[in-house]
Amino acid sequence: MPTEQDTSRLKSNRLERHFEDSKPPYSAGEALIEADRCLYCHDAPCVRHCPTTIDIPKFIAQIASGNTRGAATTIFRQNMLGASCARVCPVEEMCVGACVYEQFNGQPIAIGRLQRYATDTACADERSSGRPLFTPAPPIGRRVALIGAGPASLACAAHLALAGVEADIYEREELPGGLNTTGVAPYKMQAESSLAEVEWLLSHGARLRAGVRVGEDIAFASLLEEYDALFIGVGLGRGRTLNLEGPGVWGATELIRAIKTEEGFALPAGASRAVVIGGGNTAIDIARELALLGVTEVTLAYRRREAAMSAYAHELAAARRCGVRLRENLRPLAAVHRGGALCGARFQEVGGNDVVELACDLLAVAAGQTTGVQALGAGVRCNADGTVWVVPGTRRTSLNRVFAGGDCINGGREVVDAAADGRIAAQDMLAAWRSEAARRKRNG
Amino acid sequence: MADLSIDFCGVTSPNPYWLASGPPTNSGEQVMRAFEAGWGGAVWKTLGEPIVNVNSRFGAMDIGSAKVAGFTNIELITDRPLAANFTEMAEVKKRYPDRALIASLMVETREEWREIIRRSEDAGCDAIELNFGCPHGMCERGMGSAVGQEPRVLAEIASWAKEFSSVPVLVKLTPNVGDILEPGLAAVRAGADGLSLINTIKSVIGVDLDLMTPLPAVGGEGTHGGYCGPAVKPIALHMVGALARDMRIRTPLSAIGGVSTWRDAAEFVALGAGSVQVCTAVMHKGYRIIEDLTEGLSEFLDARGMASLTELMGQASPNFREWGDLDLNYRIVADINPDTCIGCQLCYVACLDGAHQCIHTSQSPCHAWHGEPDHAQGPRAQVAAPMEHAAPANMDSRTPWVDEAECIGCNLCALVCPVPGCITMREVAQGSSRESWNERLEAADPQSQG
Ligand SMILES: Cc1cc2nc3c(=O)[nH]c(=O)nc-3n(C[C@H](O)[C@H](O)[C@H](O)COP(=O)(O)OP(=O)(O)OC[C@H]3O[C@@H](n4cnc5c(N)ncnc54)[C@H](O)[C@@H]3O)c2cc1C
Ligand SMILES: Cc1cc2nc3c(=O)[nH]c(=O)nc-3n(C[C@H](O)[C@H](O)[C@H](O)COP(=O)(O)O)c2cc1C
Ligand code: SF4
Ligand code: SF4
Ligand code: SF4
Repeated sequence: MPTEQDTSRLKSNRLERHFEDSKPPYSAGEALIEADRCLYCHDAPCVRHCPTTIDIPKFIAQIASGNTRGAATTIFRQNMLGASCARVCPVEEMCVGACVYEQFNGQPIAIGRLQRYATDTACADERSSGRPLFTPAPPIGRRVALIGAGPASLACAAHLALAGVEADIYEREELPGGLNTTGVAPYKMQAESSLAEVEWLLSHGARLRAGVRVGEDIAFASLLEEYDALFIGVGLGRGRTLNLEGPGVWGATELIRAIKTEEGFALPAGASRAVVIGGGNTAIDIARELALLGVTEVTLAYRRREAAMSAYAHELAAARRCGVRLRENLRPLAAVHRGGALCGARFQEVGGNDVVELACDLLAVAAGQTTGVQALGAGVRCNADGTVWVVPGTRRTSLNRVFAGGDCINGGREVVDAAADGRIAAQDMLAAWRSEAARRKRNG
Repeated sequence: MADLSIDFCGVTSPNPYWLASGPPTNSGEQVMRAFEAGWGGAVWKTLGEPIVNVNSRFGAMDIGSAKVAGFTNIELITDRPLAANFTEMAEVKKRYPDRALIASLMVETREEWREIIRRSEDAGCDAIELNFGCPHGMCERGMGSAVGQEPRVLAEIASWAKEFSSVPVLVKLTPNVGDILEPGLAAVRAGADGLSLINTIKSVIGVDLDLMTPLPAVGGEGTHGGYCGPAVKPIALHMVGALARDMRIRTPLSAIGGVSTWRDAAEFVALGAGSVQVCTAVMHKGYRIIEDLTEGLSEFLDARGMASLTELMGQASPNFREWGDLDLNYRIVADINPDTCIGCQLCYVACLDGAHQCIHTSQSPCHAWHGEPDHAQGPRAQVAAPMEHAAPANMDSRTPWVDEAECIGCNLCALVCPVPGCITMREVAQGSSRESWNERLEAADPQSQG
């Protein structure tokens, strides 16, 4: 990760510190051996399955040739969040899943781990040698405000800053990084890594204004007035609770955030049985996290059959390896409390008449998040599901000079999608200004 | 089980594998362990006036994660006292009488040769090998490759050795010559009973870009060394094969250079070698590689129904022809097996950038297939090319396809394909009969061949 500094806002006694990397970093020797296996495919299918279209055979060949800084540059040019993507991307569903070795011997290249090796090594070299990987261009006299300091805005701001644009990021929380800091499973990446990456991204010139809620502390319209362009990267809104309430009942994202960032946070003393409601990746994540934290019985209760789950199969398999059990066809009815304490969760069996009660002393609800862009009062056109409508190739919204990207346009995908949106929007802004300048020049 | 034993100009051993003169034959203790492991013979680390070595003295060329594809050294002959070497040699011969024990020698004057040959014979060696090959350190002193590169000097020293020796004399040749036949013939004319080749090739294995020093580095400096290991096998195969085919050279050949598997050994034998020597592979993996060297070779012979190694000897020699005698009308085309293809498209790009632009993918189909004019002009292989070919059944597939009419059969695609056996070269029946370049010349101008 880029730096270890300024993670001071994070306290060390966080629960997430108990987790170990599920995919530990490669040593130089391991990286070389793995890099050497890559076939350097033509029109490589792995590249086609990376949302940021990193030139994977090229960066791997650069690792193999010993040009690790070059490898990192190849990655960052396409994906400024290449360091965290290397850790958090569901590579099995993306680049790695498309690697031609899958069809050969079922042992695809560990692209994510190589990407982590390249970015970590190059950033460490940057610090020790004092030679930056990128040098920002001189100011071009443009200013952009970015709303939210999650992966989408951070990627966009870094690309803009490198192109000489003044980029100001407005973030309502004190900790930047969005869900990369507060959401992703700690066995993939911990908060300090995310914050170190943020710091590295900001080192190219973008500015962070933390603790500012756009729409409350400052009006969207006034930003639009002050800046040449705006980028909306606000992510999603609150998690759905399904009307399950009371002590011991958690929204999954809130519980994860507490595990990752809250000082001294601990699970209820003696918690040995947990029920997680949901069928997506967040449900799997919190179930696996609870199991790894020592909760002996973790049950995932899903309202349909396994095949209908939106979670990735490899994630479910990994959770099962940690001891998580799946119960299908259970529609939640209520949390059951006795004497003011949680003692179970009640479900209606789908396709039957039984009411099932699962005993638990912790209940986590991961039933998806609502959209949150409405709180901005931006007036951008939205899709039926509440996500922001954008022009696919450019990430322009219905409003002039306003762009959007990340979870707020896709309803909740991956960090890598947000990183791609940020770059594409930045490139479109820059292209528009370039042609505007050319037009002005032509017209004298 | 096929019989692997050999009789090499009177020197017998239970299998054709001898340790080449070098670090693995530096001492009696080592050679005894090697014989215990199963080696058929050993050529002792070259003896002569003890010298002083420098360090580091080795270097290696890795290719990706394939370690020691090539190896180099700047080591000289033995740095141990002669007396110790001879005592140990005698002990080895006593304990392992059935193995070939060969003394490698390198001294300067006629008197020194007389003396060292006498002492070698007293120690019980079965043959002597004259080291005329070392390309560094010793040649500056007028020995090693300085001798091997000078057929006249080589012949003179070889004839001294013949004069003094009652055991067979092998001459070890240096590959650092323009034509290996010259030193080979000189040695044979001087009476050599056998030839060993190749010794190492003059080389610089690499440059340390931090120290700005050629490798191997001795402090901050370096010098050229002797190259060996798997990467030199093709050069050794050529030289051994050339000597084996020359009718004037009727002496047995001990092949050296890059042998690390039984297959390498079988190739040398098929081109005419009578024994095989190994150095680098043992330095890399130890004596126990002898296990599969012998097991693999005998399995191979059994599978071919050959009762002994001698049946394999020289089998490939008659099929070695000069370029001008090869068949110009032989035609093959590449076949891609879509069932095993993994879609890496290395064949496509190799053919596109490095060969003849006749492999196509669904992303970049053949121009001709689109009804456009052919992208290549000028003569191709002698086929009347029908320009239409069917699109592949599945346009989503990443499996490339070969435009057979355009494929000239160079086989680059098959060489780069990472899946064994996925691309095969299929013979295409030709109307015309065999015709070589020389035959064509002759037909055009019968006088020129007269
Ligand atoms: C539990 C969980 C686990 C995940 N695990 C993975 C994973 O392993 N791999 C992966 O690739 N993806 C994962 N994701 C998804 C990934 O985190 C998101 O896709 C990604 O963070 C989206 O980035 P973003 O910038 O669009 O939004 P966010 O990361 O949500 O960032 C939005 C930011 O905007 C701020 N904000 C919102 N409104 C305002 C406002 N009005 N004013 C100022 N600031 C505002 C928020 O505070 C937040 O910091 C996970 C998500 C969750 C919930
Ligand atoms: C470190 C080293 C030392 C060697 N020393 C000798 C030597 O003393 N005498 C000699 O005739 N050849 C010597 N050789 C050459 C080998 O005997 C052999 O001819 C050469 O290495 C090619 O065989 P290989 O590819 O199996 O190593 C030496 C080779 C190496 C690598
Ligand atoms: S960014 Fe993610 S999907 Fe893209 S190559 Fe890297 S690890 Fe794979
Ligand atoms: S598909 Fe696999 S082997 Fe091919 S370039 Fe990508 S990572 Fe390398
Ligand atoms: S090189 Fe082999 S595996 Fe790769 S696309 Fe060509 S035929 Fe298929």
